[in-house]
Amino acid sequence: MKFFKRLSYVYSVLIFLFLYAPIVVLIVYSFNSEKSRAKWGGLTLDWYRALFSNSEIMRALSTTVTIALLSSVIAVVIGTMAAVGIYNMRRRSKMAVMSLAYLPMLNADIVTGVSLLLIFSALGLRLGYFTLLLAHVTFNIPYVILSVMPKLKQLDPNLYEAAQDLGAPPATAFFRVVMPEISPGIVTGFLLAFTMSIDDFVISFFTTGSGVSTLSIMIYSMARRGIKPEINALSAIMFIVVLSLLLIINLRSANDAKRTDSRPVSVGARASGR
Amino acid sequence: MRKRRTSVLALPFTVYALIFIAAPLLLIILYSFCVSPQNGVTLTLDHYKKFFDFSNPVYLQVLWRSIYIAVISTAICLLLGYPMAYILSKLRPGLRQVLSVLFVLPMWMNFLLRTYSWMSLLEKTGLINSFLEAINLPAFNIMYTQWAVVLGNVYNFLPFMILPIYNVLIKIDQSVIEAAQDLGADSMKVFGRVILPLSLGGVASGISMTFMPAVTTFVISKLLGGGQNALIGDLIEKQFKTTGNWGFGSAMSVIIMVLILLAMNFTSSYEKDREEGGQLL
Amino acid sequence: MKKVLSILLVFATLLTLALSGCTDASNKDKTLYVYNWGDYIAEGVTDKFTEETGIKVVYDTYEQNEDMYTKITAGGSSSYDVIFPSDYVIEKLIRENLLAEIDYKNVPNMSLIDAKYKNLAFDPDNKYSVPYMWGTVGIVYDTTRVSEEPTSWGVLWDEQYKGEILMWDSVRDSIGLTLKYLGYSMNDHSDAALAAAKAKLLEQKPLVLSYAGDQMKDMMIAGEAIIAVMYSGDAAFVMERNENLSYVIPDEGSNIWFDNMCILKSSKNKDLAEQFINFMCRTDIAATNRDYICYSTPQIEVYNALDEETKSDITQYPDDSIYARCEVYEDLGEYTQVYDDLWTQILAS
Repeated sequence: MKFFKRLSYVYSVLIFLFLYAPIVVLIVYSFNSEKSRAKWGGLTLDWYRALFSNSEIMRALSTTVTIALLSSVIAVVIGTMAAVGIYNMRRRSKMAVMSLAYLPMLNADIVTGVSLLLIFSALGLRLGYFTLLLAHVTFNIPYVILSVMPKLKQLDPNLYEAAQDLGAPPATAFFRVVMPEISPGIVTGFLLAFTMSIDDFVISFFTTGSGVSTLSIMIYSMARRGIKPEINALSAIMFIVVLSLLLIINLRSANDAKRTDSRPVSVGARASGR
Repeated sequence: MRKRRTSVLALPFTVYALIFIAAPLLLIILYSFCVSPQNGVTLTLDHYKKFFDFSNPVYLQVLWRSIYIAVISTAICLLLGYPMAYILSKLRPGLRQVLSVLFVLPMWMNFLLRTYSWMSLLEKTGLINSFLEAINLPAFNIMYTQWAVVLGNVYNFLPFMILPIYNVLIKIDQSVIEAAQDLGADSMKVFGRVILPLSLGGVASGISMTFMPAVTTFVISKLLGGGQNALIGDLIEKQFKTTGNWGFGSAMSVIIMVLILLAMNFTSSYEKDREEGGQLL
Repeated sequence: MKKVLSILLVFATLLTLALSGCTDASNKDKTLYVYNWGDYIAEGVTDKFTEETGIKVVYDTYEQNEDMYTKITAGGSSSYDVIFPSDYVIEKLIRENLLAEIDYKNVPNMSLIDAKYKNLAFDPDNKYSVPYMWGTVGIVYDTTRVSEEPTSWGVLWDEQYKGEILMWDSVRDSIGLTLKYLGYSMNDHSDAALAAAKAKLLEQKPLVLSYAGDQMKDMMIAGEAIIAVMYSGDAAFVMERNENLSYVIPDEGSNIWFDNMCILKSSKNKDLAEQFINFMCRTDIAATNRDYICYSTPQIEVYNALDEETKSDITQYPDDSIYARCEVYEDLGEYTQVYDDLWTQILAS
């Protein structure tokens, strides 16, 4: 038994190292004044300075964030409405619409990306910010629906009726009784959509146009040209941001004590591996 | 809720989905049968014939290569991931909560950065080889080979294998295990006959979340594969970005759609509860 | 808590909409869309242009001519104004009526371009293009790690350099040099020639470390490989940074290429585009570009101002004997697809 415990410990450490070592190396090298990977030239913040003064990267960052915010909000609105509507459908139409909703998640990113390129060109849309936004909304909505539906299912169907019996008009009854109950699902949906949007590469790659670039696309074209120390600085910053975000989310759901302990992990789990 | 009135709320989404989810897929299928889709609709089977040309099976080789690299990567992820998930699940709740977050963290890092991080490590003059040289060991030159692509896959998708299995393992009812032990089963038997079968749902999830992106990737093969280990994702990207042959690119997209459908059918027979909120597929 | 969150959210959305709306509006007046090769302009040049003229420049890059051509033509409308195609692509674009005729009243700096680079076969009278850079294709090698100075393309097939060879991920260049090595013309598209080239390239595959793009420069500087096929400008760039490297144009001959600036016919900013092209031909700007990317310049004053060492460097300014054995790529017309398929198949094997 003791042996297995030792073994488990060593194994876990190894896996952990495997997962973190490359990122840590990147971060350490972001402070390396020597551009070459093999030599160490002393500490410097030069690459961070280069990163922030690079207008291309900053523009890509702002595009990434605004697209993520906008597309998530739009997805939440359309998706929540859709979830409520689907919940009240007859079985057959319910299945049909749900299959439509699941399609983007079942397809490989490259297929979704390419298919969107085709429809945009068929519709005569010029590739750019608008098509990028449309693409992000398209793959975000399913995640919102997926997050809100279970909350709807857990809802006590009598609550809505009770509110109306007490004299509330349907709209008020909805907003004051149903919404609060499903809002955790909405928030999860929003967070999921936001994360997927920020991290997306393949779909953005095929649906964006002249001058409009996201962070991932920028990193891809820089990486294609070789190792760039600015990317190291970028990864260090993103690591800190992601770590903080994860901590916040987990603190938030730790307060939401009703869920099983797999919840915070699941929220982050579907983050892009594309 | 009044059923008919509120179900109209789903209308905006349905219209949107028909235009941007259903129609695009139909377009891909249509284009795969067109000679030159940008110049009108002239139907042909040429693209499929080109792909399935047995006298010049280049494209079939690419498909095969994509599949077996994905299978190897998935297998390695499973071999490495299952024990890790098991170890995690056996810890006390507080500790395993913290640790599972730590395993999720790399997944939140940008996918491209994770792949890029291996570029500087694996190069001939990169960190790993400089280190090996310093301690007089032979060089580890897998950069630009298939194995670099496998490594990239495993690195990117390992957490996707660990997490679903972990989620399923922690839900296994302790009393079932205790019952088995009461009936005289040793730990090997308990694992093989109780835990393993109950965890298959998670394994299926993990496999599908690893296999699908691995078989369709082009980023990992482009950055780590040196341009010569073309996978089917690379070919599709090339048709749409460089060659401009949208018909052929669409045909290949249809082929991988079918491939993935088959793979999902295979694993979904083991998968449980897709409907649970926030859960993985 | 939830109320606060939702209010914040609405606020954030409105702010974002407002911001994106604002930037779009100011963009509408004077923005120029430029599409160029990666690493093909000096840092700060576009900013300087904006400073001097108030015209904003949106700058995108591509890795090979085919990428640029596909983006401009295959489906979806093109939104670029200025592009930098190579000779054979210019030929193709002219034929397909995609380029606008340049009004030289707006590009007086054309007079600063050496006549040697004007009036070439792909664009007689330079109706549609203004020379930007030119060069050759050759072999860069590490003098300290080769057994002897290479003189033929054959060194790329030499077994002793297995795993130390870099080839360009470029259809014309890779197939072209193989054809030249086998004694054919670089524009040959006969079945016999292509079959022979394909066999030769497949033979070479196990020896190649990587079919790379711009990252080749870093790799050669770092010593990742011993031999690489490179454009002369990139060769000059890496030779400046690693003194062990040298460049040679093999005896069988090679390719000489010209990258010119063109304006797309669909461009709505033709006058702005002409301003930009004129700006790029100006001596100080052309000099900055040349210094940064190390390519060979067609601009008279910039060339005259170069030091003797650079002028006599046959890497960048080859003498007549080398000129004589170099070919210019011609547009392959319908055979482009054949070449493309061939290259795809070689990479995929």
